Amino acid sequence: MDQSTDLLSGRILILGALSGVAEATARKLAGHGGRLALVGRRAERLENLRDDLRVRGAADVRCYDIDLVAEAHKAQQLSDIAAEMGGIDAVLVFYGALGDQTTADHDINEVARIIDVNFTSAVQWITAVIPFLDASSATHPTILAVSSVAGDRGRRSNYAYGAAKGGLSVFMQGLAHRFAKDGRLRAVTIKMGFVKTAMTAHLDNDGPLWIEPDDAADAIVDILKRKGSIFYVPWFWRFIMLAVRSTPSFIFNKINL
Amino acid sequence: MTADGANGAFQDRNRRSWGRVARRPHKVASPRFRDEVQAVLVGGCQSYKSVLGVGLGRSYSDSCLNPDGAVVDTTALDRLIAFDGESGVLRVESGASLWDILEFAVPRGFFLPTTPGTRYVTVGGAVANDVHGKNHHRAGTFGNHVLSLGLMRSDGQELRVSRDQNPDLFQATVGGLGLTGLILWADLKLTRIPSSHISQQSIPFHSVSEFFDLACESERDFEHTVAWVDCLSAGDNLGRGIFSRGNWSEVGSLTNEPARNRLSIPFDPPAMALNQFSVRAFNEAYFKLNKARAGESTVKYGPFFYPLDAIRHWNRMYGAQGFYQYQSVVPPNVARDATAEMLKEVSHSGQGSFLAVLKTFGDVKSPGMLSFPAPGATLALDFPNRGEETLRLLSRLDRVVDNAGGRLYPAKDGRLPPEQFWRGYPDAETFREYVDPKFSSEFWRRMIAG
Ligand SMILES: Cc1cc2nc3c(=O)[nH]c(=O)nc-3n(C[C@H](O)[C@H](O)[C@H](O)COP(=O)(O)OP(=O)(O)OC[C@H]3O[C@@H](n4cnc5c(N)ncnc54)[C@H](O)[C@@H]3O)c2cc1C
Ligand SMILES: NC(=O)c1ccc[n+]([C@@H]2O[C@H](COP(=O)([O-])OP(=O)(O)OC[C@H]3O[C@@H](n4cnc5c(N)ncnc54)[C@H](OP(=O)(O)O)[C@@H]3O)[C@@H](O)[C@H]2O)c1
Repeated sequence: MDQSTDLLSGRILILGALSGVAEATARKLAGHGGRLALVGRRAERLENLRDDLRVRGAADVRCYDIDLVAEAHKAQQLSDIAAEMGGIDAVLVFYGALGDQTTADHDINEVARIIDVNFTSAVQWITAVIPFLDASSATHPTILAVSSVAGDRGRRSNYAYGAAKGGLSVFMQGLAHRFAKDGRLRAVTIKMGFVKTAMTAHLDNDGPLWIEPDDAADAIVDILKRKGSIFYVPWFWRFIMLAVRSTPSFIFNKINL
Repeated sequence: MTADGANGAFQDRNRRSWGRVARRPHKVASPRFRDEVQAVLVGGCQSYKSVLGVGLGRSYSDSCLNPDGAVVDTTALDRLIAFDGESGVLRVESGASLWDILEFAVPRGFFLPTTPGTRYVTVGGAVANDVHGKNHHRAGTFGNHVLSLGLMRSDGQELRVSRDQNPDLFQATVGGLGLTGLILWADLKLTRIPSSHISQQSIPFHSVSEFFDLACESERDFEHTVAWVDCLSAGDNLGRGIFSRGNWSEVGSLTNEPARNRLSIPFDPPAMALNQFSVRAFNEAYFKLNKARAGESTVKYGPFFYPLDAIRHWNRMYGAQGFYQYQSVVPPNVARDATAEMLKEVSHSGQGSFLAVLKTFGDVKSPGMLSFPAPGATLALDFPNRGEETLRLLSRLDRVVDNAGGRLYPAKDGRLPPEQFWRGYPDAETFREYVDPKFSSEFWRRMIAG
């Protein structure tokens, strides 16, 4: 790939392609003629996505039915995918799980599950993919990870999930610091607010703070074209979280969140 | 079943139709993948009295409501499955909206074979009401361009229905108000367009018979025709309006306009906002403005086909009481008289609407047993809900339609009297045999009770 080729039409690996926000994002990338590798854990559904993305103009779409937590040979899988795609120019990490905090309050298995899916496995995939990005000839090979505003301050309703996402944010921040030395690779953290997807379908998800997956996807695609390493989506969460972080504990502890 | 956050679970949600007269609690499931639908349908049929597939809820009537049962919201099933750039045949999941299709098709030089006055309807909804557009005299209905459908019945079986395979079920499903099963996908034949612009002409007319002369003279040379009527004018001005006709422009780009609508009506304005005075003033001003502007122009397809899509939630304009739509079709031989008579009733009542639309339908045979379009003239009106007063006016209009041997559009009419339905749709008795025993709607229960 030559230096001028833009990232959006490059070879993009999507971890957790069946996520609502991932699918919306993949549709935009297909419109740019991207070459996409979809990873998720249901072959038939991945094929539904593949057909759609092909019709929409993706230059190449391949499906990989992989359990992203249980997979023991992550580096090998990546090297197989890279071989088939002819390389990897960008990785988008979308998969995750909210878990059940009331169970996690006392059950160490649920705590471990939440940390594994949102943090441990994610940072392993990210670490394992770096050599492939190093080998890419894109101007700025990129890792983009979808974290959450929940990672900015722990709260009683989802602190296990928040801790895992907070850990992911710090990991990505450190990676951005590591890459900054050379300036070629990029590590981008998305701190996402409320989006209407399967993950939140059980909540009362109507109101001014809630956005559609399509809106989140617009923001993410726009971010892929820009410089910078930490983004709130939508942007206004930067200010909400500033307020949330600076609320003193004696007040915060009285709020049911 | 309880809400557990998983796709496919039925949850409690309030739904209402586009007319907003009634708001009812429903059990709603929103599957995102085709492989989830079977379990949702079979489970829904076991847990609730009946189920109904729904789309974007743009029907004004109770045909998209099922308050004693469950609904399957199909809008997350919105994928494109295959496209043949030679033949223009698109296979698409039923929950995709017409906007989803246009976003994809227009830059490639294709358009919907025919389109209703809003792009925010699903393919499933467009099939189930066998919708029509401004080019009915050329293209017929939406169903005329549907080649085949994937239909899932309540027993979980997926059938392929087309003119060759299960042809009776095809005729029952097109225009079948969602009652024959859940449409999963459709094969739709798109048409080629030279540009995304329309060369249009606006011509003022001053009477119903002038309208019919214009319509007759325009059908040969214009693909799209429609008219707006000032339904509050009386006496010499009765039936005045603006006739608009157009063709795809041979020159120009193939571009979509942005989907986002900037204007929105965020809450219900007081009912007063839309009183007789303001409607009359609007109609008067609209007629004068367009008369002054009459002539030829080239416009983008958006403002031509979808003027109301520019304002989100425009249906809130009518206040918290909601409104009624009323759309009839009357046969050609009596069309002039019946149309004039209906306009006289409306004008006399003073309960007119902004959006009175008059159009002639052509002879292309509608494919569905319950398809609304038939040769003749169709008049669409809307009325703010003023309770009894409004209902009385609607029954006076019913009499005119009945005497003319016409019928009403179930998608639009939340109070369509059952006798009128059975009289207006002679194939409805045959249709009944194809209704899935576990599918029902508020509308259907009203019809079979009556
Ligand atoms: C501004 C405006 C302009 C309009 N202009 C026109 C016009 O010009 N011509 C015209 O014909 N109509 C017109 N309509 C009406 C509209 O096109 C129809 O009501 C259409 O069917 C709405 O589609 P929907 O996706 O909102 O479906 P809904 O309203 O949710 O449902 C409509 C019907 O389709 C059934 N259905 C939906 N999805 C499925 C599925 N997957 N499987 C089985 N059944 C299903 C439902 O059960 C219901 O009976 C207009 C409506 C508006 C709001
Ligand atoms: N929605 C919000 O409000 C919100 C807010 C902030 C952050 N986020 C984050 O945004 C990202 C996208 O979520 P979403 O909202 O789009 O929700 P979603 O639709 O529920 O997507 C989550 C996806 O992760 C996948 N996944 C979970 N564990 C997996 C595993 N072991 N292997 C493979 N795939 C696995 C799920 O697949 P299965 O269906 O197979 O389980 C699902 O497709 C997540 O990281 C989430 O934490 C969401």
